[in-house]
Amino acid sequence: MGLLSKKDSKLIMDPLADNNPITIQVLGICSALAITAQLKPSIVMAVSVLFVMGVGNVVISLMRNIIPSKIRIIVQLIVVATLVIIVDQVLKAFAYSLSKELSVFIGLIITNCIIMGRFEAFALGNGPWKSFLDGIGNAAGYGVILIIVGFFRELLGSGTLFGFPVLGNPVEKTGLYAIGYENNGFMVLPPMALIVVGIIIWVQRSKNKELIEEN
Amino acid sequence: MGLKQKLHTLKQKYKGTKMAPAFNALHTFLYLPNETTHSGAHVRAADDLKRTMNTVIMALIPCLIFGMFNAGYQANLQTDPEITKAMGFFSGEFWNWTNFVIGLWKVLPLVIVSYGVGLAVEFLFAVIKGHEVEEGYLVTGMLVPLIVPIDIPLWMLVVAVVFGVVIGKEVFGGTGMNILNPALTIRAFLFFAYPTWMSGDKVWVHGAVETAGQPDAISGETILGSLAQGHEISYSVMDMFLGFIPGSVGETSTLLILLGALFLIFTKIGSWRIMLSAVLGALAMGLLFNGVVSAGWIDSSSKFFGLMNTNFWHHLIIGGFAFGAVYMATDPVTASQTNRGKWIYGFLIGFISILIRVFNPAYPEGVMLAILLMNVFAPTIDHYVIQGNIKKRMKRLKVKTA
Repeated sequence: MGLLSKKDSKLIMDPLADNNPITIQVLGICSALAITAQLKPSIVMAVSVLFVMGVGNVVISLMRNIIPSKIRIIVQLIVVATLVIIVDQVLKAFAYSLSKELSVFIGLIITNCIIMGRFEAFALGNGPWKSFLDGIGNAAGYGVILIIVGFFRELLGSGTLFGFPVLGNPVEKTGLYAIGYENNGFMVLPPMALIVVGIIIWVQRSKNKELIEEN
Repeated sequence: MGLKQKLHTLKQKYKGTKMAPAFNALHTFLYLPNETTHSGAHVRAADDLKRTMNTVIMALIPCLIFGMFNAGYQANLQTDPEITKAMGFFSGEFWNWTNFVIGLWKVLPLVIVSYGVGLAVEFLFAVIKGHEVEEGYLVTGMLVPLIVPIDIPLWMLVVAVVFGVVIGKEVFGGTGMNILNPALTIRAFLFFAYPTWMSGDKVWVHGAVETAGQPDAISGETILGSLAQGHEISYSVMDMFLGFIPGSVGETSTLLILLGALFLIFTKIGSWRIMLSAVLGALAMGLLFNGVVSAGWIDSSSKFFGLMNTNFWHHLIIGGFAFGAVYMATDPVTASQTNRGKWIYGFLIGFISILIRVFNPAYPEGVMLAILLMNVFAPTIDHYVIQGNIKKRMKRLKVKTA
């Protein structure tokens, strides 16, 4: 099996599809709606969460035997907050305009329920290596949805990808715009992100009938 | 063997196959099917879903025809200086061949696209899910061309209809299960996705978009738009009532909408409670704003002054309020079901419509958003009405037994 045992690879693969934090557990929706109007912030957000969750899960897992259970939420918050501040500062230093664009949402990673949820549900009861894999897996599952949503919203809403005009120039009427195509302004608004996430959930559940709830 | 019998035999032959629902839909549209109910006694009435839908369509036909004439009339009135304004409802300046040809040329594609795309989606879902094709799109398909601007690009309509039917209706389980009115979902989608084609002063008269910026540019402003900008309007009250004004295709003529409303009430398809309470709500809000103006709380420099100062009952005959209240708010699926709920639901639609109209310059027409909002609240209203009734009866029970 190589690098990962079957159990370990399940830790990573599960949250990517059948136990996706956004489409199955419906967590972390707020940031998924807020920052996915374009592809670039979606990817930055995905990477930031990947870092915070991977490292955070390991830290919590290492400390799991010395954290008094009564104050564990506070300890978890401190760990997330520290990591988020690191991410925030790095972004401010090296990608200032991007960090402006993401504004409060990097800071709000602290309140992302996926992270606290994984700390509580997994890192407190498992070793560091497994916790790391679990963190990476869940963050990747979150990130994949973000990137899919961001891709469609930027493509259909602004006609660009990573800021590059891929459908032509809407002002000079080139490319698709020459035949009367227009950008869909609804795609840029957050409600459409909810609908796109809904469509992803729909597609996923019709592919895998086991995911459909009883009622 | 008549055609009806032949169709029935065909139906029996292909029973259970994939395309059966599609065939059945056409069959039952033309004829009453041969099957009878097998068990039990049921309500004996001739008004099945198809007949209900067709009744509403009949009520909409006058608006559609008027809309065609009006589309041509508005365009000709602006481009040809020799045409005089129509006086009276039967004036020859309005009901003439040139107007009709332009209108037909612009409106018919909207109708065809709306029905073609919408029914295609319905048939597709029926075949995939293996149930019968539902009739829900019959009315939606007629409403859609009537509530869009005349010059809307057809591909936008296609996108919007697919969105409205799939996201507005099919994901909830099809006809009868939808939370939001599908026709308004389609319009709201267009409105937010392509705002330059759905609002502003260019889109409401045929040809206004192409000529924009040129010396012979024609104005495509609606009355609501002018009022929101604080401009004087040049239409008489009679024009507004009869419908000789720019606007979405079929919503301009309050007279014909009123006739449609009477027809719907007479056939017991539309709820008079919703229509009446919506009108009352609008009048109440209009009076409130008129009161604010006459009390001198705002002066004429305010950007809300134009619409607030509008005579309160004029709100009923300008914009799409009448059309929305009669044909959209009364949608039996998305409206409140209880009688008391209908009063509350309708009143709030009227009330909020005028509120949005006056205070939101970006959305000069509030009735669409008001109805969608109240669609969402309709089940809640019903819930509290029913709970209130239960409580009242429990009290009565206690008094009796005590």
